[in-house]
Parts: sequence; C-alpha cells; structure tokens
Amino acid sequence: MAIEDKPDPDELIHIPPEMAVAEADVRSVEGDEFVRGTSLWRDAWRRLLKNKLAVFGLIVVGIVTLASIIGPTVIHRTFGFTPDYIPTNDIKLIRSFPPFTGPDGKFSWAHPMGTDNAGRDQLARVLQGGQISLFVGIIATLVSLLIGVSYGAIAGYVGGRVDNVMMRVVDVLYSLPYIIIVIVLLSMFRSQTPRGQLILLFVALGSISWLTMARIVRGQVLSLKNQEFVLAARATGVSNTRIIFRHLVPNTLGPVIVYATLTIPQIMLTEAFLSFLGVGVQAPLASWGSLAADGIQNIAIFPWQLIFPGVTMALTLFSLNFLGDGLRDALDPQMRTT
Amino acid sequence: MTGTDGNLLEVKNLRTYFETEDGTVKAVDGISFQLKRGETLGIVGESGSGKSVTNLSIIRLIPEPPGKIVAGEVIFNGNDLLLLPNEAIRKIRGRRIAMIFQDPMTSLNPFMKISKQLMEMTQLHLGHTKAQARDHAIRMLETVGIPDARTRADNYPHEFSGGMRQRVMIAMVLSCEPELLIADEPTTALDVTIQAQILELIKKLKSETGTSVILITHDLGVVAGMTDHVIVMYAGKIFEQARTAELFSLPGNPYTKGLLRSVPDPTAEQGKLYQIPGLPPDVAHLRPGCPFAPRCDRVEEICRREFPPFVQLNADHYSLCHFAREVYSESGGTPL
Repeated sequence: MAIEDKPDPDELIHIPPEMAVAEADVRSVEGDEFVRGTSLWRDAWRRLLKNKLAVFGLIVVGIVTLASIIGPTVIHRTFGFTPDYIPTNDIKLIRSFPPFTGPDGKFSWAHPMGTDNAGRDQLARVLQGGQISLFVGIIATLVSLLIGVSYGAIAGYVGGRVDNVMMRVVDVLYSLPYIIIVIVLLSMFRSQTPRGQLILLFVALGSISWLTMARIVRGQVLSLKNQEFVLAARATGVSNTRIIFRHLVPNTLGPVIVYATLTIPQIMLTEAFLSFLGVGVQAPLASWGSLAADGIQNIAIFPWQLIFPGVTMALTLFSLNFLGDGLRDALDPQMRTT
Repeated sequence: MTGTDGNLLEVKNLRTYFETEDGTVKAVDGISFQLKRGETLGIVGESGSGKSVTNLSIIRLIPEPPGKIVAGEVIFNGNDLLLLPNEAIRKIRGRRIAMIFQDPMTSLNPFMKISKQLMEMTQLHLGHTKAQARDHAIRMLETVGIPDARTRADNYPHEFSGGMRQRVMIAMVLSCEPELLIADEPTTALDVTIQAQILELIKKLKSETGTSVILITHDLGVVAGMTDHVIVMYAGKIFEQARTAELFSLPGNPYTKGLLRSVPDPTAEQGKLYQIPGLPPDVAHLRPGCPFAPRCDRVEEICRREFPPFVQLNADHYSLCHFAREVYSESGGTPL
C-alpha cells in the first residue's frame, strides 16, 4: 500500500496511446525535418493540467478574478445599484435581508447573497471586496518580486562582504514581529481617506513580503553563479548588471514563480487579518476581511453577512494554494515528495 | 600595433595565489612565456597544475577573493592587461581575447536561445543592431557547420548535442574575430570522433582568420597535432618549454619524459600502461627543492634540497631540472 502511494516514475513521462500515435504521425509526415522538442513551459503546463486540484484551483481563481473585475459593473447595469448604494427611501429599521429576498420579504433575484446592515447588496460588496483583496495580494507580490529578486540576485552574485551585510539586514527585518509593526505603522499614519489607507496598506505589506523572496533568489544565484555559462558570459565581456538580470534571474524563474503564487494568498490573508482588526481597508471600500469583521458582529441574527465573504475568501485562498502547489510540482517534477 | 618582437602576448613572471584556510595555494608561481601572432601554444599538465588559472589570470577572471594575482605582467599588444581598469578589460574580453571552456553542456545559458547568446556578443562589442547581429549570428553558425542555421538559431542549448554546442560556443567566441583564442580543454568532454571535428574546425578557422590560439589540454595527442609551441606545467611552474616537434622528440625534463611514456602505444605488446608514480603535490605545502622530486625516477640528493634552475637547452628550449642537460643528451639532443 505504501508502494501505491508513491508516484510512478513512469507517470511523469507517460504518454497515452492515442497521443503517442499522433506524435509518430507528425514525425513521419515531417520526414527528415527537425522535430521540435517540447519546451519546458509546455511540459510544465501538461503536468499542471494532470493535477486535478491545481486545475480546480485555476478554475476557481479564474472565476473569482473575472467576477470581481466585471461583477460590480454587471450588477450595476442589471439592477441599478453600486456596491456602496444605500437605499435612502427605505424607512425600515432592519435593512439586512437573507439571500434571494427583496425589501418586501418576497423572493427576488436582486440580492442573491442578501444585504448588509445598511441595506447594501452583499454580492456586490463581496465582489468589490474580492477586487481589493486580489489587488492587494497581487501588488504586494509584484513589489516582493521587484525588490526581492533584485536584492537577492545582487547579494548572491556579488557575494563576500556585500552579501553578508545585505543578508544580515534581511535577517534583522525577519526577526521583527512584523504584524505588530504593520499594525503600529497603519494606526500611527492612519490616513483620512480610504484610498490613502489602502496605499499605506500596500507599503506595509510590500515592505515585509520581499524577505523570503530575496533569500530564495540569493540561494539560487549562489548555486548558479559558479556554473560555467556565467564564467563564459564574463569571458565575453558582458557587464555584471547584465549577467545578473539577463543571465541569472531568468534561470531562477521556476522557484520564483512558485513562491510568488504562494505569496499572493499569504498576503491576502494578512490583509484580511489587518482589515478584520480594523486597521486595513476602510469603509466605504470593502475587502473580505472588513466584510467578515462587519459580519461577525451580527452572526447570530444575520449569519449570511459572515458566511458569504468568509466562504468566498476561504475558497479563493485554498484555490491559490492548490495552484501554487501544482505549479511547484509541474515546474520541478524531481522535487515531488512521496 | 604589434608588441615587442611581433609578440601578441607576453606573460612575465605571473604569480596567482589563492588564500585558503589551508594556507596560500600558489596555483601559478612565476610563469613567463610569449605567443607570436598566428601561432598556437599548447599548455599541458595534470589536473591542478595551474593551466586554467594561468589563462583565467590573463583575462583577469580569477575569482577574487580568494584568488589574487600577486605579481607579473600580461602584455597584450603592448598594454599590460593587469594594469587596465575594469571597464577597459571588459572591452577586451570577447572582443580581442576570447575563451572557450571545457564543458559545452554548461557553458551556454540554458534559458537563452542560442541566437540571443550569439547576438549579445556582437551587439556589445561591434555595436551591431538587432538585425545585423542576427544575420551575423546565423553566418557564424553556418561557418562552424551547424546545418539549417536559420531555424536552429532559435533553439535552446538543450536541443543541441555536445559537439554541436561546442560548435555554437566556437561560433560565439569567434564572432568578433578576436586576436587571441584561449581554448580551455575544448574537447575533454566530447567523444573522440567529435573531438577530431572540433579540433579540425579550430584549426581551419585559425588559418582563415589568423587568430593566435592558446590550447590548454592534458591530451598530448592533441598538442602534437595542433600546436607550434608547448609548455609543460607542474605545480604552478613551467617545467619545460619548447617547440612542439622538439619537445616530443627530445624531451629535456624527466616529467615530460614520464608524460610521454604514459601515452598508450597501440603498436606495443599488451601489458601494463606506464604511469608516473604518486600524485601531484599539494601546492599549499610545497617543500623546498624540486616539486617533482618525490615522483621522479632519477631523483638525487640535490633535488630534495635545492629548487632546480631553469636551463636553456636550445634556442627555444628550456627545462626546469637539475639534470636538464643530461636528460636532454639522453634523449639524443646536444645542449647549448
């Protein structure tokens, strides 16, 4: 049974019979012409598609992203309200309705996720929250790519004392309890406008997200820089900057992509956490974290206020993690653990 | 623009040391030689004898630290390369002195199309535009015998065999028509038939462009077929230096003799192959005296005590040995 669990080594290069025939056909048709090998990316893509969880993750992330981007507009066009629309003519005391219920208490398509305390449409809020959550995750990851990759690559390539100093700086930043620092930072510079607060959140998350990336890239570069192609590039007079960014960084791409994919959910979770505590995204803007924070206050009476943002967030984070794991397996089949 | 006496390259008293925890490793310890325009120089020696370090020192690619060129001059076209600022030496690397490495499997960037890697050279050094550089790259690939160069140019290195990759490397280093080509064991990682093709290619291109070549190898057969002069290195020092024909017929150093005897002779009866006993010395802890003394078959008291002199045996023939003249006479030569 232990043997059953292990991935079959042949599995990785297994070609279904019908595909094998197709390939043979291509060869014979093309005759003596050079047969193109499959590229690394195509191989990786094929392996990714074989991983059911990763495909599931990819689909969910795709749907959530698409819905977040176009959803609020579609709702506005269809039903005529924006995520922050508060019905003012409504004099009722309770404005929060369960899913699929209109203000009159009858069935309605207008609010599939119900409404919140102020009577705003929950679905539109969740989608707008998704927009901001994904945006924060992606921007902070891009920052971590930009700073982390350059920093790590330079430290690794230059080496010696420079490397020592640069990596000790990372160590020091690592050892700080960053959540506390971010909270202090966000509350100290609390901005008057929601947009300002959002930018502050980017800065705070971006400044901590690059540390691991820098370490990963440095490790990769350390092992790559002693390879002969780097010496060959130096021997042909290529400048150090070019060697780092044109020759070394592309070679670290595999692990970098994998780590970046796993950074997005991590950052989103941190953002949700901060918003939940009330130091992150401010109303009228919404993120999944702030929606959950609003929802938890009324969990006994209006459970849908917590359930919908919570489930959407959990599903998206799961999916991103599955996707990241799938990418890691696909890009580096040898790393696959049994 | 030739230097003194038509020498393209003149290395004088080059010393490259490495600081290790085990002490100072004198990888190259007082090497001097000249290379004339259009000639080929062979450097032979066992692993760790300082062949590669010598050549990396010439284009200043010694990893620093731990390595350091502590003394010497490398006069290339009348300029001392060791005194040039970094920016200037970078313009010489690849443009005027090019280098091929031992393992074609690892000396091309696996993530770049070979066209990109070739184009990088001429864009950098000759100021080619993208289109010019691409044309040039394809021409170079054709020159080195890559079939269907136009399509193959957009392949990645892993889509080429070892021999083909070495051809690509040669195309790359020769694309700026350098005056000096340093080939660091260019054929060691290839199988014998491909070796012959690559050497033939280097020979052909050399005769067409008039490039001088330094060929580092431990294959004496390659040296015999390719070079005009030979340097035999041992423990960071030149043990013998002569014209190729003379070195093979009239060796003046016991070490060279040992090396020549170790070459398998296909016509000889089956039997044990000759080998020089012992191992190359640890260059971090050299004892006084001749570094080869512990392995030498004609060692005498003086060899263990005193460092041997560098004896001139003939117009172009030098040997580092207390008994250079005797060895030379035994080989059938008449020392000066």
